[in-house]
Amino acid sequence: MSKIKVFMPCNEAGHICDKAQYEEATLWDKIKLKMHVLYCKGCRKHTKINTKLTEIIKVSNVECLDKKCKEAMKKTLEQALNENKHQN
Amino acid sequence: MPDHQINPNKWIDLYADYLFNYTISRVSDREIAQDLVQDTFLAALKSMKNFKGEASERTWLISILKRKIIDYYRKINSNKGKAEVRINYKDSDSEGDWLEERVADPFDKTAEDALENNELGEAILNCLSKLPAKQAEVFKMKTILDYETETICNELNITASNLWVIIHRARTAMANCLKENWL
Repeated sequence: MSKIKVFMPCNEAGHICDKAQYEEATLWDKIKLKMHVLYCKGCRKHTKINTKLTEIIKVSNVECLDKKCKEAMKKTLEQALNENKHQN
Repeated sequence: MPDHQINPNKWIDLYADYLFNYTISRVSDREIAQDLVQDTFLAALKSMKNFKGEASERTWLISILKRKIIDYYRKINSNKGKAEVRINYKDSDSEGDWLEERVADPFDKTAEDALENNELGEAILNCLSKLPAKQAEVFKMKTILDYETETICNELNITASNLWVIIHRARTAMANCLKENWL
């Protein structure tokens, strides 16, 4: 039986914690993270804050425009700006 | 000629998300919100001369946007009004209580929730605007627009591990920025 690595360094824990925020952590990842935060106070704190960040963004219903839409807006605005210049 | 030179590209980078977020919490329709934001920029361009620089540019844009939103509701309410007058004339029981009660009020539905969430949304966008452009872009795409990792990597031409490093930095900065009031 190959040796299963349960312990991991904090930067790996941080990476798993980030992935978990986007539902991209595997079950094994999550188990490792749970084990890690049992003994690592720093990561425990970071995980808590990171998770809270995900929650507040969700409840805020914050919205933004995608790139394409912004590009289109820029074009329209530039056109209008040029027309303005011609008139003046 | 105002001494204040405007750069439309910058304008949109700086304010479009903020204005869009403000609008969508009030009209709840992406397309209409997009149009209203676009109209706001165009109207602002036309009335640049009136901008005296007393308020911040953003406040000025919001004041134009507010008028656009009110105009929008006026327009749809006047259409509704017409339809309902015709229906209610047939029904003598409800005579006299038709107009005021049936005019849709955009601001009364769960007004308080919307207000509080909107404040939070604004705080999030404020913090985002303090991030380096690339970090903000990746964070937005991943967290607010919910794009797949692969899509973002292709669009921005970065590797997945690159993306996760950027996301990590952005999340740490966002958490710090929001810590005091919201976390």
